[in-house]
Amino acid sequence: MRRGGSTGRGGWFPAWFWPSFAAPAAIWLLLFFVLPFYVVLSVAFGTLDQIFLTAKPVYNPAMWDVTTLRGVVSNMFTSGSIEQETLLRTLAYVGMATAACLLIGYPVAYFIARHARRTKAFFLIAFIAPFWISYMMRMFAWVNLLQPDGYVNRALTGLGILGEPRLWLNGKPSTVIFGLIYGYVPFMILPLYGTLDRIERSTVEASRDLGAGQIRTFTRVTLPLSRQGILAGCIIVALPMFGDYFTQTLLASTRQTAMFGNLIVASIESSLVNTGASLVILMLLLLILPMLYYLRSTNVARELAQR
Amino acid sequence: MSVAASLERPTAWRRAAAWAWNPWAQARFLWVAAIAYVVWTIVPVAIAVGFSFNAGRAQTTWQGFSIDRWYTRDVNSVFQDPALRSALFQSLKLSTLTVLIAVPLGVAFAIALDRWRGHGAGTANFVMLFSFITPEIAIGVGLFLMVTQLLTTIGLGFRAQVLGLSMYELAYTVIIVRARLLSIGRDYEEAAMDLGASPIRAIRRVLLPLLTPAILASVAIVFASSIDNFVISQRLCASASCQTIPIVIYSSARRSPLPSLNALATITLAASTVLIAVAFIVYRRMTAGERKGAA
Repeated sequence: MRRGGSTGRGGWFPAWFWPSFAAPAAIWLLLFFVLPFYVVLSVAFGTLDQIFLTAKPVYNPAMWDVTTLRGVVSNMFTSGSIEQETLLRTLAYVGMATAACLLIGYPVAYFIARHARRTKAFFLIAFIAPFWISYMMRMFAWVNLLQPDGYVNRALTGLGILGEPRLWLNGKPSTVIFGLIYGYVPFMILPLYGTLDRIERSTVEASRDLGAGQIRTFTRVTLPLSRQGILAGCIIVALPMFGDYFTQTLLASTRQTAMFGNLIVASIESSLVNTGASLVILMLLLLILPMLYYLRSTNVARELAQR
Repeated sequence: MSVAASLERPTAWRRAAAWAWNPWAQARFLWVAAIAYVVWTIVPVAIAVGFSFNAGRAQTTWQGFSIDRWYTRDVNSVFQDPALRSALFQSLKLSTLTVLIAVPLGVAFAIALDRWRGHGAGTANFVMLFSFITPEIAIGVGLFLMVTQLLTTIGLGFRAQVLGLSMYELAYTVIIVRARLLSIGRDYEEAAMDLGASPIRAIRRVLLPLLTPAILASVAIVFASSIDNFVISQRLCASASCQTIPIVIYSSARRSPLPSLNALATITLAASTVLIAVAFIVYRRMTAGERKGAA
């Protein structure tokens, strides 16, 4: 292949031809994705106006000042600080919700890939549905169901499971985790379905023919073969959960359940813009490894083409 | 039935468990899990849609059916309440403009990435995919700081929302169109050029018609996803005039929700459902011949 040249075969296209197609979108990404991150760095490493207490970004990297970031990081390591509690809580919520998404998503994806035959289209549509039903609407639906006199409490007291209505929306960690699971589980099912659907039927049949039982076939053949999908699914679910702030606000809205995203939003909305920018940098540093792993391990376009 | 089983007198619960876990039949518990999942996904939303037709103000008690109260006639209805009407209008405007910018840019970008094998292509692709998986809050805060600190001529509001969202939605189009490009291959275009078509003419007359299904699918998906976008739209909105439907739902869900809020959400749900369904059917129709040929 000629480097920097046109297409492989033939020389129909001048060298500038394809790059010029990419230019408008590349400029868009540069202006509205790369540049904003530069501004985040400049604000985080910038100074504070001493009189008005507003942020003064410093755009020259040589003059960057890490005081704010260092302060935020040292707060993270101070046990008992709000920052550390929030970070640990977020990790716990995201960890539990991701695990639950996997436990719910795996059987569903497995079912659609293996067992749904004539009903496959129905289940595909049903599990893709949450993608075009607004996240806010789905959370709003639960806000009403979980009210003190909502259907959930009525059903549970009616069945005698609860003695009296429970205040689900009064800052219960379990409600927040439930909301995260409900919101993000569809994103787990899609990559899982992708890998499970690609496992050759003959591999599974060979295992059965050689005398392995259903459970053994699953743990020794299917599960190892779907490891890539499990990892991709966990990452794709955990990344947005980590930055989520609205689920917590809608379903709990207390200081005791605040997540990392709430910390960022609270700093940005108050005058602590430098702190907010530093928190964003910290979050990206925490998430950069799973992000890079996901980008390396999956080729989304190729996967779609193989369907 | 065997004697032992009849002596045991299985309870309904035990019988159900035996049915679901029967190791000899097709794994029935998977059926149970899948159906339970679908019910769990659909029922809450269906209840929320149902309450948009509630005759009373309550969100938790059904008080009879009415369409006037929350959709058309009443002062609090979607089409009478200025805040709700403005949010509906604002959402439609924002999603339409996002589609008009993100889809053409994305299509050109996808074609370029598929054909151009320079150093730049790899970097551009990487940045695009990175924008796709970066948590939205980081992008939202970045754009917020950019328009309030550096490019203050843009400023917070509708303009910033359009620019930011059209960048964020680019990746959807690129991924869909690239998938289609991979399955079309390059032969048709090369044949056209062997027959004397110029590169531009080959793209316009051969490649673009072949890409039409993917472009239509991108339009539907980008529209549906922008109309639901919350984080970027909210971070870039500082006044009531740029509030979109998700922002309005978010800010009044816990305070004093009226069923008109459900009505507003139901309208967007219906709009995206119809759009996705139409795109799906059109896509199947337009590519039907190819699948038959392949099989």
